[in-house]
Amino acid sequence: MQMLKVSASPHIRDKSTTTKVMGDVVIALLPALVLAYMAFGWRAIVLTFVTTAACVFFEWAGNRLMHRPQTISDLSAVVTGVLLAFNFPANFPWWMAILGAFVAIVGAKLIFGGLGYNITNPALTARVFLLVCFPQEMTNFVVLGKHLKESGAAAYDLCSSATVLSYIGNPEAGLPSLSELFIGLKAGSIGEVSILALLIGAAYLLIKRVIDIWIPLSFIATTMIVVTLGGQSPLYHLLSGGLILGAFFMATDYVSTPYSPKGKFFFGLGAGLITGLIRLYGGTPEGVSYAILVMNILTPHLNKWCREKPLSHYRQKQEKGAANA
Amino acid sequence: MDLFARAGIHPPESKHTSSSELKVLRRFPTIRMSMQQQIGPGAKACVKRGDKVTVGQVIGEPIAPMSVPIHSSVSGTVEKISTEIQHAGRPMEVIEIKNDFKDTVCPDLKIPEVNDRESFCTAVRDSGLVGLGGAGFPTHFKLNPPPDKKIDMLLINGMECEPFITSDDFQMREYTEEIIEGVRQVLKWTQIPQAIIGVEGNTPRANAKIKKIIADLGLSGSIKLMAQKARYPLGAEKMLIYRLTGRIVPEGGLPHDVGCLVLNVGTCRSIQQFLSTGMPLVSKIVTLDGGAVRRPGNYEVPIGAPIDDFVDLTGGFQKNPAKVIMGGPMMGIAVSSLSDPILKNNNAILVFSAEEAAIPPESACMLCGRCTRSCPMGLVPTALDQAARKEQAERLGHFYVMDCIECGCCTYVCPAKRYLVQNIRVGKQIYRTAQTAKKEAANANA
Repeated sequence: MQMLKVSASPHIRDKSTTTKVMGDVVIALLPALVLAYMAFGWRAIVLTFVTTAACVFFEWAGNRLMHRPQTISDLSAVVTGVLLAFNFPANFPWWMAILGAFVAIVGAKLIFGGLGYNITNPALTARVFLLVCFPQEMTNFVVLGKHLKESGAAAYDLCSSATVLSYIGNPEAGLPSLSELFIGLKAGSIGEVSILALLIGAAYLLIKRVIDIWIPLSFIATTMIVVTLGGQSPLYHLLSGGLILGAFFMATDYVSTPYSPKGKFFFGLGAGLITGLIRLYGGTPEGVSYAILVMNILTPHLNKWCREKPLSHYRQKQEKGAANA
Repeated sequence: MDLFARAGIHPPESKHTSSSELKVLRRFPTIRMSMQQQIGPGAKACVKRGDKVTVGQVIGEPIAPMSVPIHSSVSGTVEKISTEIQHAGRPMEVIEIKNDFKDTVCPDLKIPEVNDRESFCTAVRDSGLVGLGGAGFPTHFKLNPPPDKKIDMLLINGMECEPFITSDDFQMREYTEEIIEGVRQVLKWTQIPQAIIGVEGNTPRANAKIKKIIADLGLSGSIKLMAQKARYPLGAEKMLIYRLTGRIVPEGGLPHDVGCLVLNVGTCRSIQQFLSTGMPLVSKIVTLDGGAVRRPGNYEVPIGAPIDDFVDLTGGFQKNPAKVIMGGPMMGIAVSSLSDPILKNNNAILVFSAEEAAIPPESACMLCGRCTRSCPMGLVPTALDQAARKEQAERLGHFYVMDCIECGCCTYVCPAKRYLVQNIRVGKQIYRTAQTAKKEAANANA
C-alpha cells in the first residue's frame, strides 16, 4: 500500500533559510572589503580571510568536540569572521587575529550553546577582548602611503596614523574633508573606513529586508544628537570611527538584539547615548563596541519591557467600513 | 494607522485552477460517508447493512444540539458500517454505500416551509449544513447566537486566501445569483440589517460580477462588496472581521461577541439551494491540485467520495502521491490514507509529489523576529514555541497562547524552519490541562 506522509500544517514553507540570511550579510560586507583593499592593499584581504577561516575552523572543531550537529554551513561563523576582521588595523598580527576568532566563536558563542543562544555579539566581544589585551596593536592604524598628504610619507608603503576621532576635539589638527571621510581613504580599521561602501551594503540588507531600519536609525540619530549637545561636529562623528559599521552590521545582529520594533528603537537609543557619552567624555576615542555590548546584555529586558500587545487586547476601533470599500 | 496591516504573508498564490471549467463527477462505485464531518459531536448511523438508500436520505442522525444530519449522496445499498480512524485521529463511524448509478432521489424531500427565524434555523439544520469554508462549524448554531448577543452585521467570506484553492472563486463567478439570494434569505430571516461580502483583489471577475448583480437587484442598500489586497490569512474569521469592520474579537471570543455573523460564500449558496429545491448538502465543489495529479481543476463530487477514486476519475496521478492534504497547504489536514472520503467542509484536495512534500530540517532559532512580524494576532511565536517545548504552562499563558489562530504564518516564514505553530498547538493543550488542574485544585480547596 502507498504510504503517505502525514504532518501537521502548514505544508509549504518560504524559501528563506538561515544560510541565505547570513549569505546576504556577507554579500553586504563585500563592498567594504573592496574599499579596504583600495585603502590598505592586499594585507586587508589576507587578514580578513585568515580571521574568517579561523572562525569557521573553531566552529567546526568546537561542534566536533562538543558532539553537536555541525553548523558551519549556516555561514554565521563567516559573518562573525568578516565582521571581526573589519575591526582590525590592516597590519594587525595574524596570531592575534586567530586568538580573536577563538574568543569570538568559542568564548562568546559556542559555550553559550551556539547560534541563537549567545548573549553578546561574538565579533564585538572578541574585539573588546583584543582591545583590552593588545591596545597598542589594535589601535596602530595605518594608511597606504600614497593616500597621505605629506609628500615625505609617500616613500613608505604604509604609515601609522591616528584615527580622526582621536583628534576631533582638537581644532589645531588638520581634519580631513568630509568627502574624504565618506569615500574612506583614511586611517582606521579595515572595515570602518569607507562609509560609502558600508552604506551600499546596508542598503542591500534593508532592501532584502534582512535588517530593518529601527536600530541604525535611533542609534545614529541619538549619537549625533548627543555629540552635537556636547559641542562637536555630528558629521565628523557620523563619518569616522565605527558608527556606521556598528549601527548597520553589529547592532542589527538578530540574536543579541530585541525582536520587536519598539525594543529595537530603545536598543538604538541606549547604544547611541552610551556611544556619544564615551566619545565626548570617555577615556577612549571610540565607544561603539562598548555601547552595543552593554545593550546586548540588556536585550532580554528590552524584550520583556517592549512586548507588544496581541490584537485581541487592543481596544475596539471605530467602524472603519467605508474607508476600505 | 492599521496596526496589523503588514502582518500575515503572501505565499505564491498557485491558483492554477482559477479558470478551469467545472466537471461533475458522479460515477463513484462506492461512497464512504463519515459520521464526523463537523466541529463538535457528529452524527450516528441510522441505517443498517443491506438497506436501500436514495440521494438526500438521512443516513446519520444528529446526536447533540450542535450536530447536523448526514444525507446519502448517491442511491444504492449500504454495504458496510465500520469504525475507522480517519484524519481527526478519533475513531468514527463510516457508512459504505454501493452506488447503483440510478441517482434515485429520496421521495421524502420537499421544499422547506420557512416563515420565521426559528423555522429558518431548523431548515438550515435539516440541510446538513456546516461552515463550508473549511472549519466545519455547524451553520444553524451560528445563526442562533445566545439571546444577549445582538448581531448587526453579516459578513460573507469570499476571501480565499489559501494558496491553490479556487472553488470559492469559481462559485462566486458562476453561481453569483444563488449566493446573493442566499445572503438575502439570511438577512431576511435573521433580521440583520446589513451584509458585507469580503473578497480578495485576486478574484477580479468574481468581484465585478458580484458588484453588478447587487446593483441589478437593487440591494446596494443592504449588501456591500469590499475587496482587499490578497494576503494570507485574510479569510481567517477574526482577521476578516477586523479588516472589514475594524472590530476586534476578544480573547477566547466568537464573532457574535462583536455583533458579527460570518458565513462562507459556499454556505450561502447551499442555503439558497436547500430553500429553493429541498435538496440537502450532498455534493461539493472541490479544487483538485498539487504536483502529483494529472488534471488539476474544479470538480463537483458527491460528499463521501473516496480520494483515490476521485483522482482516478479525473485522470489519475502523474507522479507518485507522497502527501494528500484536505484543504489548503497552510491549514489543511494531511490524511493517512487515499481511501479517506471527501467531507462537507473540504474545499480542496491537494496531492503533493515527493519534492513538494519534503519537510526541511529544523535548526536553531536566531531570534530574527520574522515570526513575530508575520503573526496576524500580534503574538511572539518563538517564545510560545520555546515555552511549549519546555511545557511551561504559565509562560504560555503570559504570551497569550490561546489567541493563536493556527494560521501557520510563523512556520511558513521561519528561516530556521522551526515547527512553531505545530508546537504552539501542543502548547494550547498544555495550557488547557494546567488551567483545568488549577480550577480543580481551587474547587477542592473551596
